[in-house]
Amino acid sequence: MVPTPYYIALSALLMTIGSVGVLTRRSAIMVFLSVELMLNAANLAIVAFARQWSVSGAQTALSGQAAVFIILAIAAAEVAVGLGILVTIFRNRVSTDVDELSEVRL
Amino acid sequence: MSAVVHWAALAPLLALVGSIVNAFFGRSMKEPLPGIIASVAVAAGFVLAVLAFIGLQGSDHGVQVTLWRYLTAGTLHLDAGFMIDRLSVTMMLIITGVGLLIHIYSIGYMHGDDGNSRYFAELNLFVAAMLVLVMADSFPLMFIGWEGVGVCSYLLIGFWYRDRANPDAGRKAFIVNRVGDVGFLLAMFLTFKTFGTLNIAAVNAAAPGMLYGSAVLTVIGLFYLLGAAGKSAQLPLQVWLPDAMAGPTPVSALIHAATMVTAGVYLIARVGAVYAMAPAAASTVAWVGGLTAFVAAFAAFGQTDIKKILAYSTISQVGYMIAAVGVGAYWVGIFHVLTHAFFKALLFLSAGSVIHALGGEQDVRKMGGLGRKMKLTGTTALIATLAISGVPFLSGFFSKDAILSSTLTSSLMAGNGGNALYILLLITAGMTAAYMFRWYHRVFAGESRLDAHAAAHLHESPRSMTWPLAILALGSVVVGYLGLPEFAFPNFIQRWLEPATTAVDFNHLAASTDWLLIGLSVLVVAIGLGVGWWVYEVRKGAPVAAFKDSNLASASRGALGFDALYRILFLASGEGVAEGIATLDREVVDRGLAAGGAGVGLLGRLATAIQSGFVRAYALAMLLGVLALIAVAALTGVLK
Repeated sequence: MVPTPYYIALSALLMTIGSVGVLTRRSAIMVFLSVELMLNAANLAIVAFARQWSVSGAQTALSGQAAVFIILAIAAAEVAVGLGILVTIFRNRVSTDVDELSEVRL
Repeated sequence: MSAVVHWAALAPLLALVGSIVNAFFGRSMKEPLPGIIASVAVAAGFVLAVLAFIGLQGSDHGVQVTLWRYLTAGTLHLDAGFMIDRLSVTMMLIITGVGLLIHIYSIGYMHGDDGNSRYFAELNLFVAAMLVLVMADSFPLMFIGWEGVGVCSYLLIGFWYRDRANPDAGRKAFIVNRVGDVGFLLAMFLTFKTFGTLNIAAVNAAAPGMLYGSAVLTVIGLFYLLGAAGKSAQLPLQVWLPDAMAGPTPVSALIHAATMVTAGVYLIARVGAVYAMAPAAASTVAWVGGLTAFVAAFAAFGQTDIKKILAYSTISQVGYMIAAVGVGAYWVGIFHVLTHAFFKALLFLSAGSVIHALGGEQDVRKMGGLGRKMKLTGTTALIATLAISGVPFLSGFFSKDAILSSTLTSSLMAGNGGNALYILLLITAGMTAAYMFRWYHRVFAGESRLDAHAAAHLHESPRSMTWPLAILALGSVVVGYLGLPEFAFPNFIQRWLEPATTAVDFNHLAASTDWLLIGLSVLVVAIGLGVGWWVYEVRKGAPVAAFKDSNLASASRGALGFDALYRILFLASGEGVAEGIATLDREVVDRGLAAGGAGVGLLGRLATAIQSGFVRAYALAMLLGVLALIAVAALTGVLK
């Protein structure tokens, strides 16, 4: 069985890649993708811990896995809304460069 | 006692309904409908008052109608209740009777005015408030009516509000009246503290049990006097009434001659029991009235505005009434209210008829000889002039004579200068005859001084205006016979009012002395009229022209300088304070706030620098924030 720290290391790596992606990419699609990556990094960490607790403990710890399902569902919903917004923005501006989307400020 | 007396309590409501109908629906009505609605409302009130008058014939006591309790605070219970007794019914008859004639007159006078329905709404509201004032059974409700008539007076003085001077005059009346109202309020507070009740009948019942001449009763009496002086335009608060002539003339007749300005007389008559126990307060009332009568009569000589002469005359005549109630002759004071309501309303309405005919001219120097062109107006004005002068067998003669003799014989004036007051009022009677002769002669007699345009325009007024004149002229003659000299003749009004007012002792004079006093006052009136006739008819005003630049004449024109004095004392100092506050506001408050605002703006501009609008910058901030939280958690061990 793969020890938990490996999973956590992979999760941290994914989180870092996601964070850097959010900070450096200008295309909204890529920012979006990076956000998804960060979400899944968190999911991975959660299921890894959930597995560790259910192996060592007397009872199976399903709450971690349930939480991951909820996160997946919310992420899906967020993608639906977010992509919708993106499509609208693209239609209006023919661009998804997030640095150009700064009209709301004073 | 019959139930009809209770119905009189509906009279204020009827006038109020008339006012509301005109206020909300009057604009869409065609003339003369608003005037007719208003007149019907007042006429209905008059019918109720007449029924109450008949119903009260057999009974000395009035009827108490309590409608509802509107305030309870500790031991203070305030009811909306009416006291319909002989005194209040007398006032109701004057208000609705003379008021009805003036309403009808107004239909003609206000014909074609933009504010026709507004005028009648306000006039009806005035009648409602005035009825509440005289019918109230407690001081607070009376005060509500008191303020109500003040508001209507303010509204109607400034009725033609497009000319700035008119609302200014209304404001002046309102503000001067506030001074009197403070007196009324303080009197109420002291009354409640002393008697534990604000019911007028209860106060009158309790007052005789108090210490005779005690300080608290005197102070209460003086505060009520201050209230009365404000509303009734007595010294030192008389300055508002001449300016109040800015309103339409029927308003001057109704509010500023026949009814509202007599509210102070009514108030003092109502709390007669307090004054009967406080001779110092009572004689102060009498002297204030006497001095006002004299000063205003003096000022009337110097005026050239047809209505201002009458305004000073009103102040002077109300001074007589105040003097009468001051000496405790309550029926006499109310009797003069009654006769004055007729002849002074008639004088004002005649003046209104003249102003109407001349297209707005009010300067008596540009009138003269109008009696030949306006026969009915001229005749009725002559009757009113003779009545107010005190010519025998007209109404003013009887009531003025009763006032004069009561100042001599009142027990309240014993040691308080009753004789001096008599002489002052007697001289004033002569002056009254002289200035009223001047008024009549300048307007209606002598040669015409009209300009060509006005002379061509000249016409007698329409019928809705001349009929009320004729009825009022009839009243100016006959109402005096209700109060024939009581030592020799049956006196209806004395017998009628005495059960409803406080009894004050009067010395009885020998009948020969009484006749002598009457002869004296007739002589003085004859001298007054004779001087007027000599100056204006025989010498064609030459003595006046020679006299014009003297100090006495300018003092009369300026009404002894009260206005000028108040301008210095109150207006100038008030303006100084206002100027100081304005400077403080500009230099300290405004600048401070501006500096504070600038500081906040600066902070805001700093804060906007953070809000770059770049999504990735926000993401970086979030990331750093989360990292910081994790670092804090890891280092301090909060998460464990």
